[in-house]
Formats: sequence, structure tokens, C-alpha cells
Amino acid sequence: MHPLADKYIRKAGLPLIFCPGCGDGTVLNVFLRAVEEMGIFNDLALVGGIGCSGWLPTYLQSDVLHVLHGRAIPFASGLKLTDPRRKVVVFTGDGDCVGIGGNHLIHGARRNIDITVIMINNGIYGMTGGQVAPTTPLQGRTQTSPYGNLEFPFDVCELAWSAGATYVARWTAAHPIQLLKTIKDGIEHRGFSFIEVMAQCPTQAGRYIEGSSNPGELLGLLKKRAVSLEKAKGASPEELAGKFIVGKLHHLSGKKEFSQAIYESFAEEKIR
Amino acid sequence: MKASPKKRSAKEILIDDQFCKGCNLCIEVCPRKVFGKGDKRSRAGYSMPQVLALGNCAACFLCEMTCPDLALTVVEGKK
Repeated sequence: MHPLADKYIRKAGLPLIFCPGCGDGTVLNVFLRAVEEMGIFNDLALVGGIGCSGWLPTYLQSDVLHVLHGRAIPFASGLKLTDPRRKVVVFTGDGDCVGIGGNHLIHGARRNIDITVIMINNGIYGMTGGQVAPTTPLQGRTQTSPYGNLEFPFDVCELAWSAGATYVARWTAAHPIQLLKTIKDGIEHRGFSFIEVMAQCPTQAGRYIEGSSNPGELLGLLKKRAVSLEKAKGASPEELAGKFIVGKLHHLSGKKEFSQAIYESFAEEKIR
Repeated sequence: MKASPKKRSAKEILIDDQFCKGCNLCIEVCPRKVFGKGDKRSRAGYSMPQVLALGNCAACFLCEMTCPDLALTVVEGKK
């Protein structure tokens, strides 16, 4: 076992429930490194939604809430408001964040509350048996779209950006070093940070949408589809079809943060 | 040839047989082909990768960071 895992992981829960080669484990691994490098373990408060990725925080020996389906961001907002010194991080999946909790995502982003949302996007409802998700690619075959998905998928980063999130970034499980830097940036940023991690799901999305359940092959596909911001600027829409842009998509500092605004308003009340 | 001071190497690479699930992502991500498929089984019964060429390792920690089960540890240092 890795020394970092020995330090931070709750032993009773091991081994991790994830399928072999799941991208969620990589995110946990990278998150532990970010926590170690920043030295913020005692200030952490983690919230996990429902789904494979919602299990991630439950393995850490810190304060954890494992909450209702789709309601991770409201619980995290409450945690942040009770004590603004907390570093609140939400782990959620694409189905949890956009499918069931889409409304909560846009309102969290609109308030610009200082939480970090790490959304792991595998393009399918993996845990429940491979149903079509709001992020399933067009023509993707799943258990509930056996003739190909006819719905257009969400670009969740653009949604969070337009709803008012002040830090938006996207990476994949194939870019752990960049992801590490982004998670550190996101936690440090004062405001709503939204980090999307494209991850492989060998058991459901890999087998039915991509036609391969080999994790290595799926990781290679992710790497091939990732286009950096610089390359995407000069590319035509045809070149970008079926691909996604990775990097720090949006960063705005200086916008009023919600928990700070609320505590400042209390002080004013007292004076009057 | 004198080795440059920046050159890094690994002393050993440990793969925990209690947690390895044999996804072989370490073989895939390693740019220097340090790992290969192995015959040894982990305690859960998965076929584990093995370290083939420790001398090639540049201690970039990509395998360690990618390992989804936190089973892999690269110990940096001279062999």
C-alpha cells in the first residue's frame, strides 16, 4: 500500500469498491497528493453524492457526508456556511451532478460559494447498470439506448461557466500531473470551482459505448480525444467533433464569494 | 559518460498484492516500458503486472499517480 494511503485512508473500507481500471481511483490518488502537498487535511470537509464517484470521500479519514442523490452541492453549501474556514470538496459523478442534481449545480455556481466540485464524467450511469446519462455521447449504445443515443450530450464545463462558476477546468484520468495542479488551484481559489475529470469506465461505458473493456485502451482513447486549449483555438468545428477541450477553461478572481458576503451582512446588522 | 545531476532513478517498485486488481494501467502509462504482464496472482485472484526493467525507470511517478487502487509505490533513489 502506498504510504500516502496508509496515512489518510480508512482501513476498514478497503479494498476500494471500484472495478479494475476505474478512473475514480486515479482521482482519489491524485486528490490525496493534493491534500498532502497543501497540508489541509484537518480543514477538509468532503461531500459525496450517489454513484461510484460518490464513494470516493468515504475512504478518507476526514469529515465526510455521503448524501442524497444529486444533493451534494446543497449539503456542501450548508457546511461552508456554518464555518467558512472549512475547505469543502464535493465528489460527484455526471449522473449525480447534471442528471439528478443539475438544478443544484447551476444554483451553487450562481451564488459563487467557495466550494470545489470535482465531477467525474464517465458518460454513463455506471453503478446502476449502464443507463443513458445526460453526458452520453451521441449514438452511444447503452442499456436504455440500444439503437444509439439520440440526445445531445451536455458540455458541463460550459454550463457551470455560464451559470457563474469562477474557476472551470477539465482534465482526464490520463493527465494526473495536470489534474493535481488543477485540484490544488481549485481548492485555493475563493469561489465556486468546477473541475470535470473525464474518466474511463471499463465495465459499462467501455464495454457498451466504446466496444472495449480494456482500461489501458480506454485511457489511450481519452488521451487521443483531449485537445488542449491552444490547439482548440485554431481548430475548425469538424476537427473538434467527438473531442473535448482540456485545460483551465475559465478563471475569474475578484467576484464576491457567498459565505463571505453572508457573514459581512451579519456584521452590518449588528451595527444597526 | 558522466550522468547528469538531474537524472532520477528508482531504487525499487513495490506492487501490493493485497490491493492490486490487475488493470495493467501501469503498463499502459509507463513511457519507458518498465512494467510487463506477470504470472503472479494477487490475493483477490487478479493477474498482477511485474517490474521487468527497473533500470529504465526515471521516477516520473506517472504509474504511481495513475494506479486506481493505490497499490503501487515507487521508491526513488540509487539502486
